[in-house]
Amino acid sequence: MAGVSLAVLATAGGLVACSSTSGSESSSSASQAAGGGSYAVWDPYPQYDKSSEWVKLLEACGTQAGVKVERTSYDTSDLTNKALLAAQQGNSPDVLIVDNPVVSTLAEAGVLTTTEENKLDVSAIAPNLLAAGQSGGKTYGVPIGANTLALYYNKGVLEKAGVDIASVKDWPSLTAALEKVKGAGKKGITFSAIGTEEGSFQFLPWFWGSGAQLTKLDSAEGVSAVALWSDWLKKGYAPNSVINNTQTTSWQEFASGDFAFAENGTWQLANAKKAGFEYGIIPVPGKGGGTAPAPTGGEFVSIPVQQDTARYATSQKLVTCLTSPDNSLTTTTTLSYIAPTEAVQAKQVAATPDLKVWVDAVKAAKGRTSDDLGTKYPKISEPMWGGVQAALSGSKSPQEAMAAAQSAAASAVQ
Amino acid sequence: MAARTRSGQWAAWAFLAPVAVYLLVFYAYPLYRNVELSLRNYTVRSFVQGDAPFTGFANYIKIFGDATFGPALWHTVVFTVVSLAFQFGIGLALAVFFSRNFRLSATLRALFLVPWLLPLIVSASTWSWMLNSDSGVINVVLGAFGIDPVNWLTSPDWSLWSVTIANIWIGIPFNLVVLYSGLQGISPAIYEAAALDGAGGWQRFWKVTFPLLRPVSAITLLLGLVYTLKVFDLIWIMTKGGPSGSSTTFATWSYRLGFGNLVPSFGPGAAVGNLLIVMALIFGLIYIRVQRRQAHT
Repeated sequence: MAGVSLAVLATAGGLVACSSTSGSESSSSASQAAGGGSYAVWDPYPQYDKSSEWVKLLEACGTQAGVKVERTSYDTSDLTNKALLAAQQGNSPDVLIVDNPVVSTLAEAGVLTTTEENKLDVSAIAPNLLAAGQSGGKTYGVPIGANTLALYYNKGVLEKAGVDIASVKDWPSLTAALEKVKGAGKKGITFSAIGTEEGSFQFLPWFWGSGAQLTKLDSAEGVSAVALWSDWLKKGYAPNSVINNTQTTSWQEFASGDFAFAENGTWQLANAKKAGFEYGIIPVPGKGGGTAPAPTGGEFVSIPVQQDTARYATSQKLVTCLTSPDNSLTTTTTLSYIAPTEAVQAKQVAATPDLKVWVDAVKAAKGRTSDDLGTKYPKISEPMWGGVQAALSGSKSPQEAMAAAQSAAASAVQ
Repeated sequence: MAARTRSGQWAAWAFLAPVAVYLLVFYAYPLYRNVELSLRNYTVRSFVQGDAPFTGFANYIKIFGDATFGPALWHTVVFTVVSLAFQFGIGLALAVFFSRNFRLSATLRALFLVPWLLPLIVSASTWSWMLNSDSGVINVVLGAFGIDPVNWLTSPDWSLWSVTIANIWIGIPFNLVVLYSGLQGISPAIYEAAALDGAGGWQRFWKVTFPLLRPVSAITLLLGLVYTLKVFDLIWIMTKGGPSGSSTTFATWSYRLGFGNLVPSFGPGAAVGNLLIVMALIFGLIYIRVQRRQAHT
């Protein structure tokens, strides 16, 4: 029996403790990669194999800089922990490509070099995209590309309901359109309000579109954004399942062809073409009209701190190659992103006019960690998605839910 | 003579070494690290630099004072107790049923093992799909009987029950198998004697089966308890502990603190994990004590 209870202890204890053991393997591979003129690059794109354009570009950039690139890719949720552990062991990769809200966390941990140290040129990058990688007046990387959220709509459904998409300009007109769609026997809108960062990501266009600030979740504007969503649920314009929807399940609902609208990202474009019905895309409308700022997605290329600072010069060449205007078009097309510089955005639209709406959405977008929130953002985001869930599930009124979220966020960021 | 004992001792130690090293590396050290983690104030910076200050029980005080603590404790208790009661009750009923060895009983029994054979990700995803508010098959069936759809996973009143129901389903085969083999150990002669004395079906169950099955029942319940306390994947896949914390247990809370946020709080996460360990340990000790007392009498 002692054996059994001990085994149980270990499994339960391993829950948190195991994070420290997994570090050794990744660090050894990094140190091998770092030796002998080869440079370690970590990216969160495991979907691209050796034959992909992305890896070819990496190798070409390595050849240009006169070194061999050793690429390792991790699942994006894994990469943060792996990067932290590698830094703890002193085995950081030479170039690290991470999701933008993580940059401030890694910067806070002292893992990343600033552009002053690594001499990266960020002057051409759109300021609203760069902001996600800035904290305390310093810049910790270059965005490789950006994506964001917009509203996909099903042309057939809207036509049947007698909705002219040009009339959808602000919240009241969107709600009116949903009412018509419901009246025509179809379903209104689907989104993801799941209790994770994904839920916050999807809620932010509405939150920011109301004029609210993340520093005050329970402002009248913030409450109005939650009320908009919870009213849609109450009136049946949005299905109750949104509370548990990920962005993927929400997309599947839209792809069933019953829904008029879906809030989703650039990355679904390829799937939209396969959906088998005519679709269109509009930016998420602000409360009183205009385009609401949606949160930016997409990764930053950064140069982690090394003991041997002489390596920065070559790493800088690699990063510059990946993000240079010439290669940026290849990179962003491969990764289906919108480019971070205006010049390349123009080229993208010229090549694919469909991307125009996304370029506009990206121009209006905003980093989650921007406004100098940095590492405070995750501590605000968690109470925020909790508040949204409380309001949507009906356990609290929007006002109560956001008030509770604000007090939780205020005590967390202290 | 002395030399021989010494070499014998060395040999004994040599034989013991592999298991001792194994226990130290895979059990003692992670456990020690988890305790250490819970007693220090880890931030991302101090995690990387390894200089997290020792803060004593600050993490524990923090989680005891957290608004999530009370509900999470209550959910853990409800989830565990309800799961155990139904898993054991249904498992025992099925075990007694199958112990009669009728035709096809082996096939049917094998079918009952299916929940156990499926990977948890499959069964949990299937359950969450069936329980979906809008397109789930369960609401469709309820609708056929004129019952309004229930927001199984998205209503704070129902989410805990939904994950509990799924967990009961998953736990039944384990109870069935262990209790069934326990039943095989009861001599048919006793039943025969009881029947001759005029005991009916119920009496035979309560006076013969149940008392004689007690040792097996105790270990089944204990293993079930330990397993249920730490159920994480099922809840995480089905509800993520939501909506707004209504199905959060200690296991999901610990994960959320440690890994569920962009800025991990390892210290409080480890502290919650340790609370789980202590809970399992207490019941383990109770079990050992009860067993010892039984052995004495």
